[in-house]
Amino acid sequence: MARFLIRRILQGVLVMWLVTVGVYLIFYIGPGPSSVARTLAGKAATPQVVAEVKHRLLLDRPIYVQYGHFLWQLLHGNLGYSFYHQQSVNSVIASAFPITLSLVIGSAILWIILGVLSGVLSAVRARSLMDRTFTLLALIFYSMPTFVLGLLLLLLLYYELTIHGIHAFPGSGYTSLTANPWGWFRGLILPWITLALVSAATYTRLTRGSMLDVMGEDYIRTARAKGMPERRVIFRHALRAALTPVVTQYGIDVGVLLGGAIITEQVFGMPGLGFTAVQAINQQDLPVVIGVVIVAAAAVVAANIVVDALYAVLDPRVRLH
Amino acid sequence: MSQSLASVEPPPTEPPAGASEGSAARKIEGRSPWRLGMERLLRDRASMISLGVIVIIVLVAILAPVIAAVVGHGPNQEFQAIGLSAIGQPKGPNGTFLLGTDDQGRDIMVRIAYGARISLIVGVLATALTVAVGAVVGLIAGYFGGATDTILARFMDWLLAIPFLLFAISLVTVIGAGLTVVIIVIGFFGWASVGRIVRGQVLSIKEREFVEAARALGAGPWRIMFVDILPNVMAPIIVYATLLIPLSIVTEASLSFLGVGIPAPTADWGQMISAAQQVYQYGAWWYLVFPSAALLITTLAFNIFGDGVRDAFDPRGDQLFV
Repeated sequence: MARFLIRRILQGVLVMWLVTVGVYLIFYIGPGPSSVARTLAGKAATPQVVAEVKHRLLLDRPIYVQYGHFLWQLLHGNLGYSFYHQQSVNSVIASAFPITLSLVIGSAILWIILGVLSGVLSAVRARSLMDRTFTLLALIFYSMPTFVLGLLLLLLLYYELTIHGIHAFPGSGYTSLTANPWGWFRGLILPWITLALVSAATYTRLTRGSMLDVMGEDYIRTARAKGMPERRVIFRHALRAALTPVVTQYGIDVGVLLGGAIITEQVFGMPGLGFTAVQAINQQDLPVVIGVVIVAAAAVVAANIVVDALYAVLDPRVRLH
Repeated sequence: MSQSLASVEPPPTEPPAGASEGSAARKIEGRSPWRLGMERLLRDRASMISLGVIVIIVLVAILAPVIAAVVGHGPNQEFQAIGLSAIGQPKGPNGTFLLGTDDQGRDIMVRIAYGARISLIVGVLATALTVAVGAVVGLIAGYFGGATDTILARFMDWLLAIPFLLFAISLVTVIGAGLTVVIIVIGFFGWASVGRIVRGQVLSIKEREFVEAARALGAGPWRIMFVDILPNVMAPIIVYATLLIPLSIVTEASLSFLGVGIPAPTADWGQMISAAQQVYQYGAWWYLVFPSAALLITTLAFNIFGDGVRDAFDPRGDQLFV
């Protein structure tokens, strides 16, 4: 197990290194050193400041020196300085991350319950009316772009209710959990539902397919032949085996979203990582863009390692490969 | 997804030979897998309805200039006088503007028709690019194996691991937004999934006897890859491609929604929905609802049709995408 984990972590480090190379190619080599220095220094910078920035970031040195410096700073946990925000990128990201975290954790809990439950019910009562309803709903939400669902919910549950005098949900923004727990919860209900519904659809389909496969296995017949109650057969024996592909997908999805639920944050005006990144891109605030990309990639890589470790726990055969 | 269950049933078989006793005219006809698949697809009602919807959307896209000519409103024509209310807000659906106007007094119906062009062009071209690159890389990785395979497989893993939307936005911002850029970005970040599927298929197919036979006859690696192996992986490729089209359409709409897709004033669904965000609070629900409905109907039709194609041509298709 330890060797397996070490190997996976080393592979993760390799992927992260590739990400830094990719980021470097896109943002530094692509535009050329002079334009990078100008962008980094901000729009209002004088030529002297640009030259100073260029010199300080070693942009006037050979590429391998530049990249080495870039990597060296990253290894020290230093993501750079945002001239636009007038603070370090680390603190910009540190203030955005709790927002993304609140959004993703809440909706991830919702969608795994919704998805797995509807998938199991669909598979157990295959071809029933319930199955057809769930699969149709899953197909609709699977086809629904996140921003369409979010905006339609805002139209119906925020705008229509508000003009009729019911102030049930705020239209946008984020209230910190520590400042006002009720406001935090109320503000997150619509974003949670939006993200959960579009994500749950994949899990309904995945769980249903996987359950249908598992229910045909011999050991399920054996469990039934022993006289085990059906409920126990489904939840103890079948679901456990059927969950393996679901766990994989879950890890990847949560990992990707932790790097910024870009569209949901944008629709609901929540200044999380994704919102911050899009804003930074529009303001040409390059250090913040690079910072978020690297943090997001790290979240995906970490999630993949966690999934593989879970996988190895669930299925001993994985460890041998 | 009732189709997926239907497909589990064994395909209809010809009546046993004994049944034709006495009628010598009845011949047992061999049917290719393609024909069996087509027959299954044609019998599936949900797929056929969604195909009909897709045909209508394609017609709307092609006939967009005709629609514009009939109602007499250009896609970018701003009707400041009759298309906006006294306080400059969009007007709801009425006799002149069937689906209402947007915040600049433009006809939403005409713009939705023109927007269908962008969605379909991106959906088809980005998918074609994704599939072409994925198939070639998958063939090379699977066929040559060894170090080539290791490097390409790692690269595909890496592409699948990076936060796609974030990278896409950054890349578009660096290169500059536009139709071609959007198609290339979707293709560049999307081919890895196709490559992985093709690679897996090639790994098993290259061990088969007919490949060995081709090699014995003196065929080179490229001929074996493209003439002997490629036709055998076409089925999963086509199935996956039909499911990639709606994904490409949603990705394009998302990029445009975020302001890094198709630049204004070109009519585009994602961009229209994004602009509607600013005015729906003033009651202009039509500006939000109609482009959203167009987008949802399109992706839903392609997804239902794609599901049907998968079930018809590849009854155990789910396995391919794990």
